[in-house]
Amino acid sequence: MTALARALLLGLVHLLVGAQARWEGTAPARRQRIYFANHSSHLDTLVIIAALPSELRSETHPVAARDYWGATALRRYIALDVLNAVLIDRSGGEGDPLQPLAELLQAGQSLILFPEGTRGGGVIGRFRSGLYNLSLRFPAAELVPVYLENLDRIMPKKTMLVVPLICTARFGAPIAVSPGEGKAEFLARAREAVLALSDARTRRRSAAAGTAA
Amino acid sequence: MANQPLFQWLIAGVVGFLAVASLIGFLLARRVQSPGARETVANLNARIRAWWGMVAVFAGAIFLGRNVTLGLFGILSFLGLREFITLTPTRPNDHRALLLAFFVVVPFQYWLIATSWYGLFAVFIPVYVFVLLPAVMVLSGDTEDFLARAAKVQWGLLLAVYALSYAPALLLLDDIPNYGLPPALLLLYLMIVVQMSDVFQYVFGKLFGRTHLAPAVSPSKTVEGLIGGGLAAVAIGAALHVITPFTAVQAAGMSALIVVAGFFGGLVLSAIKRDFGVKDWGSTIKGHGGILDRMDSVCFAAPLFFHFTRYWFTP
Repeated sequence: MTALARALLLGLVHLLVGAQARWEGTAPARRQRIYFANHSSHLDTLVIIAALPSELRSETHPVAARDYWGATALRRYIALDVLNAVLIDRSGGEGDPLQPLAELLQAGQSLILFPEGTRGGGVIGRFRSGLYNLSLRFPAAELVPVYLENLDRIMPKKTMLVVPLICTARFGAPIAVSPGEGKAEFLARAREAVLALSDARTRRRSAAAGTAA
Repeated sequence: MANQPLFQWLIAGVVGFLAVASLIGFLLARRVQSPGARETVANLNARIRAWWGMVAVFAGAIFLGRNVTLGLFGILSFLGLREFITLTPTRPNDHRALLLAFFVVVPFQYWLIATSWYGLFAVFIPVYVFVLLPAVMVLSGDTEDFLARAAKVQWGLLLAVYALSYAPALLLLDDIPNYGLPPALLLLYLMIVVQMSDVFQYVFGKLFGRTHLAPAVSPSKTVEGLIGGGLAAVAIGAALHVITPFTAVQAAGMSALIVVAGFFGGLVLSAIKRDFGVKDWGSTIKGHGGILDRMDSVCFAAPLFFHFTRYWFTP
């Protein structure tokens, strides 16, 4: 039942927006990875899962916001059962919000993170610190930048209707925290790695967002 | 259409042509040595294989009748528009206009042909959508690059939907005096001449191409290819006058029109690709690129062929 729902949902995603992977800096591999991508729509999680080869899907868990994906029974079913997602509290809440992620990494699983934490609307904003903290605790996990193309146009904020443009997921060359590298320095470099996979327009529009605040 | 002997002969001819092409491709693949030539022949064979698929889909649609043919071209328009808008830098605020273009304009344009509403078919996009689309866009309040955004979406619609829909609109020309054949043969005629022109321009260009026509736009277009391929297509078009209402001379003239329009269609769409900084419109058809890479000549040739035929050959 869940396998059927997954095949249908991912098939629909392929049909509507293509969701093809382009492995530009690395190749698909069964090793522990933390993929980190730009965030522009509710489709992002679906597109990146659809773009991954099917044999990697069961061990790769997208990190999704509990306030959206946990809000209704259907969303919870899609997130937890169909997409193998792990839900976290964006607002912080009690305890360490990264704890469920750390547990999965401890078990050798891979993660998909959206370090901006919120949808950027065609602009890649500042990265939050989760990516840095996790990579310090799990240095064996490879950090793979991913750029999701066109999703801000396909499904902008405040709408659930999909314009059927072609979305390509570009996977770049892995990065790692250098010895002694500070948090801010690393996060800026990680964001640059995603921006490097994007187009000139996105880079120009994002230039201001990265330096502000 | 199915039991129309001319249709069967045409399909048999096309299949024979493809069989010869496949044989030549097979022999070439065994003979070539240098890596560059190998790559060319591999691409040639990928193109020929894709041609089998395209001919099967197109002939199947014509065979199954008008609504299936319209459905096929509707899908081609949808996919072509998608290739165009994907490469066009629109903004998130254009979302509503794009929804309208994909899910209202495309089906409505083909519905107009299905109901034989020629009057509205001919003006719907250039008049009504021309006004409606920027009106929807302006309500988003986003003025950055406004003219460029509105113009690009409208160009996409004009090319991939309006111009392309003229090909199946030939099915509306069922009142040509002293013709007596189904108008689907006119659509077949257009497609054969356009695509033969492309194929022979490619072949003559590869064999004898020396003088580049527009090196800054399309490195593969040569004077030798255009003249050799154009003449071959005109000869085929003249010989096929038996399936048209034209005399042999008129058919040669119509074919020349199709060749010249198709040539510029290819060139103009190449220039747009250059502008967008890409080599192909997409990767839907192996060896060829995207839908628009294969239909670029049709987009320019179909409206002219339709109106020339309608003006001079219908009452």
